[in-house]
Amino acid sequence: MALAPARISMPAEAKKGEIVEIKALVRHVMETGYRTDNRGQPIPRDIIKSFTVTYAGEEVFGMELNPGVSANPYVIFTTVATETGELVFTWTDQKGAATVERKLLAVVG
Amino acid sequence: MSATRRDFLKGTAMLGAGLATARLATPALAQAKPKVVIIGGGPGGLIVLRELVNAGANAFDITLVEAQRQYTTCFYSNLYLGGFQRIETLTFDYGIVAKLPGVTVAHDLAATVDRQRREVVLQGGARLPYDRLVMAPGIDLDYGSVPGWSAAAEERMPHAWKGGAQTRLLKSQIEAVPDGGLIVMIAPPAPYRCPPGPYERASMMAWALKTAGKSKARIVILDPKERFSKQGLFQAGWEKYYPGVIEWLPQSIHGGVQSVDPATMTVVTGFETYAGAALVNVIPRQTAGRIAREAGLTNGDNYCPIDAFTMASRMDPAVFVVGDACIPGDMPKSAFSAASQARAAASVIRAELTGGAKPALEFANTCWSLIAADDSVKIGGAYAPSEAKITERSAFLSKPDESAEVRRDTYAESAAWYGELTAAMFL
Repeated sequence: MALAPARISMPAEAKKGEIVEIKALVRHVMETGYRTDNRGQPIPRDIIKSFTVTYAGEEVFGMELNPGVSANPYVIFTTVATETGELVFTWTDQKGAATVERKLLAVVG
Repeated sequence: MSATRRDFLKGTAMLGAGLATARLATPALAQAKPKVVIIGGGPGGLIVLRELVNAGANAFDITLVEAQRQYTTCFYSNLYLGGFQRIETLTFDYGIVAKLPGVTVAHDLAATVDRQRREVVLQGGARLPYDRLVMAPGIDLDYGSVPGWSAAAEERMPHAWKGGAQTRLLKSQIEAVPDGGLIVMIAPPAPYRCPPGPYERASMMAWALKTAGKSKARIVILDPKERFSKQGLFQAGWEKYYPGVIEWLPQSIHGGVQSVDPATMTVVTGFETYAGAALVNVIPRQTAGRIAREAGLTNGDNYCPIDAFTMASRMDPAVFVVGDACIPGDMPKSAFSAASQARAAASVIRAELTGGAKPALEFANTCWSLIAADDSVKIGGAYAPSEAKITERSAFLSKPDESAEVRRDTYAESAAWYGELTAAMFL
């Protein structure tokens, strides 16, 4: 893979109760559908529709994306470290195809 | 421009206007050989020197100012990193240049240029008068452009963007990368020496890792650009030979290099932190060499504007700038370009100093890149002067679906070019 579809930046471990910052970026053109190519033909819309994150099975972040969101959507959010568990990041495009990334957060203390 | 003209007139006013014009066209003393001083013994400087020597009959009094005794070519040095070349075959001695008729080699630094008196002052104190000056100092590295990096840090995080000790250091660091180790390359912003160079280097690093059996080592390229030279060809090659090994990240993805820490081998980007890297190759922002900047030949972009019809500096018609230090218009900064510009400049200098007709200049470039053994790709073009700049007239690029034979021939072509250029410089 020369190009990674998604990148996550977050600590591998945190103290119980600590607020953890998570950065998530997916590589996507986010083509609006409003543009035309150099022959005047419309360029079909191609966007990611939703982004959700679960932590130990529970949804901790979710958003809808629309044609106004720029290419390579980049999201920073926080969550509270409660227990050791997996974060699952899911981006779903307009056709229902999903890009999934997983990261483990170890909770200590 | 008007300030430059004023300065020029001020400097020559004492000679009288008529004599001032004559002095620019021909050397001060008709019976003496015209004096040409060349600063920098790379492909630009040495091809000017060779062309003037070839003009015959000891026609010029030429002094080459070059601090080093030996020259290790930066071009082709990626192939040494990949194990395809030995450093000895990339290293040449200036002793041979000093034996050419009419040539003196001053192994010293050019401290200043006195453009009013037309003299180059060497660090050792000697003053070299010139009728024409050829400025070919190459690039300087902007050590401040990557926070945390410095000239001292280049021993830990080498640039290897000038041939020699740095190239050897980087090679030894590549050999020391453990299986599973991380290589981080910080690519430079344009304009810089050798546009496909960082990506050929990543290919050669991956080749070295692969042939050493280090299948778990990874290379991350942090690029301030959104795309790069021969991108499609490189990325197809990486997928073919080194799947999963090289990850290229443009600025929009990594968010910019915030800092490096040579002590902990850490690179911090706007998005994440790479700690404990096995190797960090910092290829920083570049400028024209110091002497060109201090001589007042650069503009706000820190490179030297030239008149594309002559290769003369736009700041001073008695100074010619060739190679990486000049603003080459549509040409890239490459050894091929430098040699092409040097041939053009030499023909103009010869015409000006010996009274020939002004030549019509043309330029050419080819940049070859080796992706894996016997798999070389190229990009290039033909160029001609226009009022604004050196302008591209035609261009070519290797095809993505070429046969192995074509790629092998391309590699052979690059080797032949290297042999010819270095022979013209050093034989």
